[in-house]
Amino acid sequence: MTPSFIELPVTAEDRRIARLAALAIGLSLAEAALPSPVPGIKPGLANIVVLLVLLRYGWRAAAWVSGLRVLAGGILLGTLFAPGFWLSAAGACTSLAVLAAARHLPARHFGPLSLSVLAAFAHIAGQLALAAVWLLPGIAVLKLLPVFAAAALVFGAVNGVIVARLLPRMALAAPTPDRRQSGPCPTP
Amino acid sequence: MLKAGDFGVLAAGTATVAALAWWAWFAPSGAADTALIRAAGKIVHSVPLTRPQTLVVAGPLGPTRIEIEPGRARVQADPSPRQLCVRQGWLAHAGDAALCLPNQVSLELRGRQSPYDTLVY
Repeated sequence: MTPSFIELPVTAEDRRIARLAALAIGLSLAEAALPSPVPGIKPGLANIVVLLVLLRYGWRAAAWVSGLRVLAGGILLGTLFAPGFWLSAAGACTSLAVLAAARHLPARHFGPLSLSVLAAFAHIAGQLALAAVWLLPGIAVLKLLPVFAAAALVFGAVNGVIVARLLPRMALAAPTPDRRQSGPCPTP
Repeated sequence: MLKAGDFGVLAAGTATVAALAWWAWFAPSGAADTALIRAAGKIVHSVPLTRPQTLVVAGPLGPTRIEIEPGRARVQADPSPRQLCVRQGWLAHAGDAALCLPNQVSLELRGRQSPYDTLVY
């Protein structure tokens, strides 16, 4: 019997997505350690990575990073397939859906901050919608809606400013897709 | 760094938050006339807020006592560890709710307000 090998070809894009997803997962974990006054209100630092990936590498890569972040975050935090995991997944899905539309906004007038705020609102809307139909059917969620929305506005804006500041540096520092090298290689 | 559209999005976001806050917290909600009591998601009592009475509902942790008075209701005692629903005190408006977790008992007030003022055929 001959041993059979299944070799999965790993492309440079796979490595890049894995690297960026690892960064997003790291931020998620760091954030999970922060105390939060209201459960569910978090800065969403991983969304900074997702937005940077979206603006630099496109929506598909951003969806991969976001999905891997939710999945691996669930594994590492021990919440895989628990309610918190599904809330996170719902938020990520709605956020990506809105970003898919919002990234076509004219870049002359709308910067990363717009995308970040819209994504943050979509994130909280997806989470609350799932919570309202599944976890807490009824009206209990409504009273907290403004708190969540305000958090989305503030954290979305802050993350957006961070993205706007990091994006030019990332364009300079990131290696090109096909060649890995240590020096800075400017790409448009 | 910020562009014109960004300020537009920020303004729209602020307006959304303000509108939600008004709608959720300050919009007039009618007086309540019925208390709905659920255990494990199922309605176990639907009591008019007319005469004083005390109801006892069994949950997984033990009994939850709900006190009804004319026009208002509250969770009087509950075995849940954090006592959040008890500390909410009296509920009097339609739409108010107290959830006793993890005892899976909830008290929700309903008003007479229907979605329509009147229907004409």
